[in-house]
Amino acid sequence: MQFKSMVLSNLEVSPGYFRMRMTAPPAVIGATPGQFVMVRINDSIDPLLRRPFGIFDLGTFDTEFTDCGRQSYLEILFRVVGKGTAMLSRFHRGDHLDILAPLGKGFIPGDPSGEKILVGGGIGLAPLYFLAKELVKSGKVRLFAGGRSKEDILCITEFERLGVETYVATDDGTLGENGLVTEVMERRLEGRSGDRTIFACGPHPMLRAVATIAQRLQVPCQVSMEAYMACGVGACLGCVMKGCNHTESTPDYRCVCKDGPVFDSLELQWD
Amino acid sequence: MNRPDLSVELAGIRLRNPVMTASGTFGYGREFADYLDLSAIGAFITKGLSLRPKAGNPTPRIVETTGGMLNAIGLQNVGIDAFVAEKLPFLRTVDTPAIVNLYGNTLDEYGELAERLDRLPEVAGIEVNISCPNVKQGGIVFGTDPAAAREVVDLVRKSTIKPLIVKLSPNVTDVVVMARACADAGADALSLINTLTGMAIDLDRRRPVLANVTGGLSGPAIKPVALRMVWQVAKAVQLPIIGIGGIMTGRDALEFMLAGATAVQVGTANFLDPSAAGRIAREMEQYLTEHGVDDVKELIGALRA
Ligand SMILES: Cc1cc2nc3c(=O)[nH]c(=O)nc-3n(C[C@H](O)[C@H](O)[C@H](O)COP(=O)(O)OP(=O)(O)OC[C@H]3O[C@@H](n4cnc5c(N)ncnc54)[C@H](O)[C@@H]3O)c2cc1C
Ligand SMILES: Cc1cc2nc3c(=O)[nH]c(=O)nc-3n(C[C@H](O)[C@H](O)[C@H](O)COP(=O)(O)O)c2cc1C
Ligand code: FES
Repeated sequence: MQFKSMVLSNLEVSPGYFRMRMTAPPAVIGATPGQFVMVRINDSIDPLLRRPFGIFDLGTFDTEFTDCGRQSYLEILFRVVGKGTAMLSRFHRGDHLDILAPLGKGFIPGDPSGEKILVGGGIGLAPLYFLAKELVKSGKVRLFAGGRSKEDILCITEFERLGVETYVATDDGTLGENGLVTEVMERRLEGRSGDRTIFACGPHPMLRAVATIAQRLQVPCQVSMEAYMACGVGACLGCVMKGCNHTESTPDYRCVCKDGPVFDSLELQWD
Repeated sequence: MNRPDLSVELAGIRLRNPVMTASGTFGYGREFADYLDLSAIGAFITKGLSLRPKAGNPTPRIVETTGGMLNAIGLQNVGIDAFVAEKLPFLRTVDTPAIVNLYGNTLDEYGELAERLDRLPEVAGIEVNISCPNVKQGGIVFGTDPAAAREVVDLVRKSTIKPLIVKLSPNVTDVVVMARACADAGADALSLINTLTGMAIDLDRRRPVLANVTGGLSGPAIKPVALRMVWQVAKAVQLPIIGIGGIMTGRDALEFMLAGATAVQVGTANFLDPSAAGRIAREMEQYLTEHGVDDVKELIGALRA
């Protein structure tokens, strides 16, 4: 759905990372973790296209401003990387945005009794928080969070407050283990069995590594992908990725915006 | 006061208003049904269709540029069989004309596609995209060679009795020459412009941004070029014209009509605002009301120049 949203807060949670809360219509509360929003940053043509962001959190709070006394909100967690996100970082309470949400297909929680393993790289933690909130309701959740430096490990205390067991790795060793988060995860998974599912979001090389490990250990794995997007609704075919059956003569392209952004890792070609 | 009349007729297709959506920016209509009442627009054009499914280009396929965007989708589409099986049923459910945009990799493919579409009652008209290479003749683009364009249009004309719109490429020295060739070969209407070839470079990586290196520029950045071409063609050719290029507002659309367009297509704007086409039609109506114009047809070619 398309709606006008009002910014409620926009906080810099770590240098260059912002957590923005904004109003949303009640129907958006039905979104599933892993789904995303497309934000139109202003009414002019600069930036021209909407920018996609995962849903970090959503909920309702008490207010006297609506008929039913509850106001729904959604939150995004974003990193300033270019023009659009820089503009977004300067939004204040009371500013307005035009939003399309919820979009795409989210994570499938799977068997509630199994162990849930979340793997996030940098800003890839964003959609995993909303997912963790749902998953802790039914069972054990472990989070493997990786980043370049300690500034890139976001909102870890929020995850811990949910009761998630967290493991951290940084490239420079400023927080947690020194090294790649995928290596830490692999060590933790190795030699153990049981019903487990991996949920991952982060940079492409990290996701490829996670998919490879998952396949080797035969653990079901869902990955949330990123791509340049224009429409967000499956119309422009700008955001596609190769599906597992893809060949030149029998194309199997999947739209990240419509068929994803969450895919079973076996559905994709990882070249 | 009476509401202004926004209806126009185009190549025998009656449009409730002059706003259509451009091929490749509106999927098969259904993708936008949650955001836009399809009965609020004049017509919609479906994604470029080919005989066989087409994989399209490697990614990245799109990038934003100043005031516009580049795309190198590579005409990815499901092919006619899947189109008939999966996309056609939806077209039956809307009371807005659906025009099918098609292209071929060879001359024969254009003819065969047109013949097959001719039999489908859901298809209100055909828009022929000639901005693609002829793989049988060293990749020369049909739409940049008047003789090749004439051949394509002539063959499609013989293959269908449906309203025939030819979509012109702006990547030519003289668009009027191309327009005349298509008119002579039996087109009922001309739509222009398709995207302008461009490129974007990532300075730090010293690489082109798009995997295909070059792509088609669309959006507000191309509007002045599109207006100029519509104006030139309208003066030279008697056929009705559909103006396309960077239309974001009702005012933009009306400028194209002044330049000589009977109708317009909205493309990139659908991405920023999935309800854009409906809003643009409303803005046109509002402008006419405010300026005491009873009938939008009064503005077609009414430029004082
Ligand atoms: C489904 C999805 C969910 C996302 N969720 C989040 C999120 O929760 N938090 C967050 O911070 N970011 C997220 N992103 C990435 C975010 O959309 C881009 O960082 C943003 O669009 C950059 O905009 P910009 O104008 O600041 O940068 P630009 O000036 O446009 O570009 C700057 C750089 O950003 C990169 N970039 C631009 N657009 C995209 C894009 N669509 N996807 C990936 N990289 C891009 C380019 O590589 C470029 O080098 C998500 C992307 C997708 C596809
Ligand atoms: C992502 C994208 C895909 C397109 N695909 C097609 C296509 O399949 N066939 C075609 O004739 N034109 C295609 N076009 C061109 C548009 O129909 C239109 O002519 C062009 O974008 C200019 O209009 P605009 O500035 O309003 O977008 C495409 C444009 C874009 C941006
Ligand atoms: S962003 Fe347009 S199809 Fe996915």
